[in-house]
This record gives sequence, C-alpha cells and structure tokens, in this order.
Amino acid sequence: MMRTIPFNQLQETLYHQTMDNGLDVYVLPKKGFNKTYATFTTKYGSVDNHFVPLNGSEDVKVPDGIAHFLEHKLFEKEDRDVFQDFSKQGASSNAFTSFTRTAYLFSTTQNVMQNLETLVDFVQAPYFSDESVEKEKGIIGQEIEMYNDNSDWRAYFGVIENMFHKHPVKIDIAGTVESIAKITKESLYTCYETFYHPSNMVLFVVGNVNPEEIMSFVESNQAAKSYKDQPPIERFFDKESQRVAEKKKVLPMSVQVAKCLVGFKEPNPGRQGRDLLKHELSINLALDLMFGQSSENYETLYNEGLIDQSFSYDFTEEENFGFSVVGSNTSSPDELAERLYSMVEEFSKNPIDEDQLERIRKKKIGSFLRALNSPEFIANQFTRYRFNDMDLFEVVPVLEELTAKDVESAVKGHFKEESFTVCQVVPK
Amino acid sequence: MAIIPHEKSSCGGLTLHKIQTEKYKTTTVVMQFKSRLSEETVTKRALLPYVLQSGTENYPSSKALRTELEKLYGATLGVDLAKKGDFHIMTFRMDFANEKFLSEDKPLLKKALGLFADVVMNPKKVDGAFDSSIVDKEKRTLKQRIQSIYDDKMRYSNMRLTQEMFPNEPFGLHVYGIKEQIDQIDANNLYEYYEKVCNEDEIDLYFVGDLDEISIKDLVTDLFPLKERTEASSAITEKAPLEVKEREVQEEQEIKQGKLHMGFRSGVSYADDDYYALQVFNGMFGGFSHSKLFRNVREKESLAYYAASRYESHKGLIIVMSGIEFKNYNKTVDIIKEQLTAMQNGDFNDEEMNQTKTMIRNQLLETVDDAKGMVELLYHGVVSQKLRSLEEWLDGIDAVTTEDVKRVADQVKLDTVYFLKGEGAE
Repeated sequence: MMRTIPFNQLQETLYHQTMDNGLDVYVLPKKGFNKTYATFTTKYGSVDNHFVPLNGSEDVKVPDGIAHFLEHKLFEKEDRDVFQDFSKQGASSNAFTSFTRTAYLFSTTQNVMQNLETLVDFVQAPYFSDESVEKEKGIIGQEIEMYNDNSDWRAYFGVIENMFHKHPVKIDIAGTVESIAKITKESLYTCYETFYHPSNMVLFVVGNVNPEEIMSFVESNQAAKSYKDQPPIERFFDKESQRVAEKKKVLPMSVQVAKCLVGFKEPNPGRQGRDLLKHELSINLALDLMFGQSSENYETLYNEGLIDQSFSYDFTEEENFGFSVVGSNTSSPDELAERLYSMVEEFSKNPIDEDQLERIRKKKIGSFLRALNSPEFIANQFTRYRFNDMDLFEVVPVLEELTAKDVESAVKGHFKEESFTVCQVVPK
Repeated sequence: MAIIPHEKSSCGGLTLHKIQTEKYKTTTVVMQFKSRLSEETVTKRALLPYVLQSGTENYPSSKALRTELEKLYGATLGVDLAKKGDFHIMTFRMDFANEKFLSEDKPLLKKALGLFADVVMNPKKVDGAFDSSIVDKEKRTLKQRIQSIYDDKMRYSNMRLTQEMFPNEPFGLHVYGIKEQIDQIDANNLYEYYEKVCNEDEIDLYFVGDLDEISIKDLVTDLFPLKERTEASSAITEKAPLEVKEREVQEEQEIKQGKLHMGFRSGVSYADDDYYALQVFNGMFGGFSHSKLFRNVREKESLAYYAASRYESHKGLIIVMSGIEFKNYNKTVDIIKEQLTAMQNGDFNDEEMNQTKTMIRNQLLETVDDAKGMVELLYHGVVSQKLRSLEEWLDGIDAVTTEDVKRVADQVKLDTVYFLKGEGAE
C-alpha cells in the first residue's frame, strides 16, 4: 500500500511503498519543475569488499574497486549501451559509487515512465563478458590516473588513509590499476547477485510526476520478475582502533600552492537512526561554530594569511566509520595544522555560547530549505539517510531540538588527540 | 505562459529583471557588472568583488557581515568572475529563504536586499578610499588564487590553450588577472576604479522567486542610486576570425595523465542564426555520451575516461578535452580530427540528429529549473544583445537540418593543439 507523508511547513508530500520483493520506492512530486530526476541505489559501496556471497557458505574478499567497476559495466549489455537508450528517450543518465552506495540515475524533461522502465530494467539485468571487462580496464585506468593528478582528491584520500588501519574506507573508491586488473566476469556476478537484490535497494523519483502512476508501474514491473527472498547480507569489517594509523603524511606534487587537511577519526561509530542524525548534526553545528566564516578562528586564520577561500570543513558518519576533515590551500601547511588542532582543543574545553548556537541553527535551517530546491540533493541525500535508518525530513525538527549540551557532548566524544591526523600536499 | 516569466525594466543606472516563480523555497538575487576585458583593468576587476564582500560601512569586517547573513537564516552571499566573449563580468549573488517555509513570519527580503546593497554600494572606507588592510589581505589571496590555477591541470591546460590561441588579444587574458600587476594596486587606485565601475559598467540585476507581493522597483531605486548610463552600450564581441594556421604546443610537468586540449574556431556565435546548428553540431561531435568523441575515443578505443567538446557562445570557439596516456597522443589527435571530418562529410544519420536535439531541449529545460541557470540563460541575451526567448530557442533547435549542421561543420577550423604531458614523455 502507498503511504502518504505530508510535511506541512515545507509544503512537500512524500509517497512511499514497499514492494513485495522488498524494494522501497519513494516519490516526491515537485510542481513547476520541468525535470524529473530518479535514482536507483543499492546499499553497496567500495567498503563492502568482504562478505558471504549469496548462497555461499564462506566469506570472500573481492578486489579493490570492484563496486565502481560493476557500476561502469552495468551500462553495457550484450547488444547495446544503455547510455544510448536513455539519450534516445531524451534523458541523460549517469551513476556514481561512494563508500557505501552505488547509484544509477537519469534526469529528463520527457518520457518519464519509459526512462524509469529503462532504469529499473537495466540495473536488474546484468550482462558481463570477458571481453567487455578487459576493455573497461583501459577506461577506468584513465579515470584513476585523472584522480591521481588531482591534488585536492589526493589530499582528501590521504587524510582518510591516515586515519584507518584496516577499514576499507581507506582504499580509493576506484581501486588501483593493479587491483582492477584482477577483476573478472565471475567476480562481478558474485558481487551483483549478493548486493543488487531489491530488498537492498531504494528507488527515488522526484519531479513533476504522479505518484500513483509511478507506484503502480513499479509494482507490476517488479511482480513480473522472479526474485526469491534473500537473507540479510553478511558483511565483515575488522575492528578498528580509536587511534589513527598515521599521524602525518606529506605528498609532494606538481603544485604551486600547498594544501593542508587535518582529520579526526570518529572514535565510536556504530550509531544509526536518530542517534546518528543527532550526532552528525551536532558535529556539523560545532564545526560551523569553530570555523564558519563568522567565527573568530576563521577571521584570525584568514587575516594571518594561513587560509584562503578554499577553506572548508565537513563531518560525515556511516554505519561503521566516520570522520571530520578541515583544511585549505595554504602558504604554511605545518603552522596551519598546529593552529587548527589547538583551535579544536580550545573549543572543546569551553561551553557553547547559546546565542551563537541559535544563529548557526538558523543558518542550517536556511541551508536545508535551499537544498530542497535541488531534486538531486533530495534523491541522493534521502537515500543516504534511509540506508542509515535516518529520515531526511527530520533534519529541521532535530536541529530545532538540539541543545548546547548535546553539541558539547558530541564534541567531547569526537575530537580527540589520538584521533587526529594531518595530510599535506606540497610543491615538488 | 512563457517558460521563463521574465519582466525587464530600466531602473536608474541598471536594468532590472524580475522572474516570478513559486518553484523555489528561496529567493535569488544576482547582480552582473559588465565591462570590456582589458589588460589595464583585468587585475583590478579580479580583486574588486572580493574586497567589496569583506566589509561595509555598516558591517565593517567579513566576520560582521557573515554574522548578519547567518541571522537571516543563512542567507548566502557570493562573488564570481567570468569571461563572456570580450567582456569581463563581475557577479554578486545572494540567496535567502522565503519566510513562508519557516516557523517565523518576518519578511526577509527587505533586510537581505539591504545587506546586499550595502556590500555593493557602501563599502568600508578609510579616508575616501578602501580600507587598505582589507585590500592587502585580498591581494594576497588573489595571488594564491592565480597560482592555484596551475595546480588544477585541466584548468591550467584550458588557460594555456586560450593564451596560445589569443596571444595579443584581451580574450587571451584570464579572469583572475595578471599576478605581476597585483603589487601595483592599492586602496586608492582600486577605489577610483570602483567608482568608475559604478558609473560606467553595464549593470543587470535579477530577482528570481515568489515576489508577487513586493514592490521590487521602489526598493531597488532606493537602495541602488546609480547614475543613468550616459551612452547605451553597443559593444559586442568580435568573433575569432577563421583564417588560422594549425599550431601545436606541448608542455611538460610531473604528472601521470596527459591533458589534451584542442581549440577550434567556428565563426558562429550566440547572436547568429546558425547558433542553433552550432549547438546541434557540438552535441553530435562531442557534447553527449552518444557523440562521436565519446563513442570513438572512449567506448571504442578505451583511450580515455573523458573525451568531450564544448562551445564558447560569444567568441565562437569549440574546445575539445580529453585525458589520455602520453603515448596515445598522436592516435587520439588523429581520431578527433577524423570525427570532425566525419561531421563535415555529413557522416551522421537522422537518429543521431534527433537524439541530439532531444538532449539539447532537455538541457535547456533543465537549466531553467535552477534559479542561477535561468539567470545565466537570460544574461547571454544581454552580452550578445540578442534576447532570445526559450520558446524561440527550442523551436530553433528543432528546425536545424542536416545541411545546416554540415555548413557549420565545414567552417570549423582547428587552431591550436595543446598537450600537457609528463616529464620526459615521448
């Protein structure tokens, strides 16, 4: 049965239905938009490299980069390339792989139902051949090299790599030229069959659409496919120490301006649902208070020439890992690292100013409203939240109820000396 | 009803554009300043918006300004620079929540616009000039911004290609200006330049949002007391001439992937009737995943992850970009040239044409789902002095024939092949 979930203050209504095979479908109608945007996402990303295959009895480890490789290969069928099907129907399609998700998507201003059918059907009908797997290695090899030359990407992955001893989040999403060389047709099928069952997936449609029409289409589309119920997927992650694996890394590259990123590894991940939402929002509020453009710290660092407009910060947490990253292009990477650390330390020692918290809370609510202008944001973030048992539309209520005490205790739990690390890119 | 409900009127020294829509949860304000690109002003222009957003008479520091923005439910303020044809555009943007979606009912527009006007019209002053401590800080940041172009190899290669294609012309300048000129700028001469900008630049101010109840014009007249422009701007961009000799430029850096950037001249710009055909040509050549470049360079030969072309609407250029292994340089260049020849020979079918037209239509309609995109589309009309409604545009694309595409393709001339490769690579 289709459920209707209204959000009165936001003047939005969300529609939800769980299909018999376990597929969750959500529709958010957006009046006045030309575009319809749809994502079909599996809860399967680069970190899921150790698991028990469907119908298997023993756990397996698969090559680094295979989730991303699979994403590329799903577009290719025996007789055609699905990119072309979409573009003939006036849609542009794409896909991406993150640490924890693989999403297939299209956006279009016409033939919505036909494109939706293409999306659901192509993801649910894999075709891998030895020849096409080999051919893809050249393309992905160039994708990997492109990122290897990208100093921002290298700094970001460098700081994550520093944090973790064993957790696969430390591995580049696309893998390496060496690791993808080991990928075979068979290993792709193993991953596909384990992780692409409808009960592990979410379909989200946002745009100028009719929810009933979409639900009934998906219902009959899925009913015509013979999925057997699948037991919960067993995934394995080694226990991580709270301590970071490496305190500092310096990467000499062909750049003129140095970069310095500092990171804090979340010492106690494992939260889900409202707990995770509260924690994530608390740390993000704290980062705004510490380093936002209205903060004293930002003013000081900028005035002293230690940061420029590239300065940024973010915290993210998933089921079994989390981290915050802060940093900028800088003329003095060592000094910046030290200063950032001592600013965090100082902040954690003091109580939070209620007036400032109130202001940042308002800012966050405004940013959330702004984000709702974007169909892409809604579909992608809603799905990410859903996979962590959180509800995107709870963001404003949770922001409104967070107290200074909540933020203080989240800060004390997250920012620790042993969870701190630095990665710098410096001119060669 | 028009797809873009656009109302335009003259309002003192600026042109006011109002786009009424209930699509968004926020209101967007965009102010564009247009002047000719020139070596004398390019660096001052690159610095000015950053100085303006660093303090006003009422909010004398960036911190004070940002604090105020946060109080307005996180209104955003941003500045930007762009090159559109022969013009150097400074952009100021603000976006703030529509209070009807908040659990509070104080109207935000008046306050937010007041703050926006403060930034543009009422900068912090010391002795009749800018505050030199602000100017010095922003000079330092600008130097770093210019240097960091080098660090992004795709942007760097684009900049180098443009420099090589237009060595002695303003179009060859980068919008961030010239590093060596920064030291000559001070609080006084920059302020003089600011006054000139206020008096002489062509200024367009856009509002996008649910604005029905508000008298924007009165507010704007009050908040932006700009002198009427003395002469109507008649300047347009000079198209890049088609007589060129093919050149090759190679450079080495310590990198892992070669960046191949090829610059072509098309002789067609936004105001031309052939602009529609140029768009369709580009779409089939390298604009989409069904294009010749994507299919041949990436899918067929596995030479690259990306291989695409894009067009510059005002100068009349087409730029092809691809990231490849150093050793595949000759092969890739040959394949790209073959694709152009194929286009010139009319080696494409109706299906490719229709697919391309559908995708362009899609792109245009999607662009106007976004407030910034809508403003961007309308502003092309200002820069080229040819206002085109979206309906007209869509019809124009629809009417393009095979002959039109061939005619445009025939005109396209390769100018410069730029290749950034690894040190010591063959």
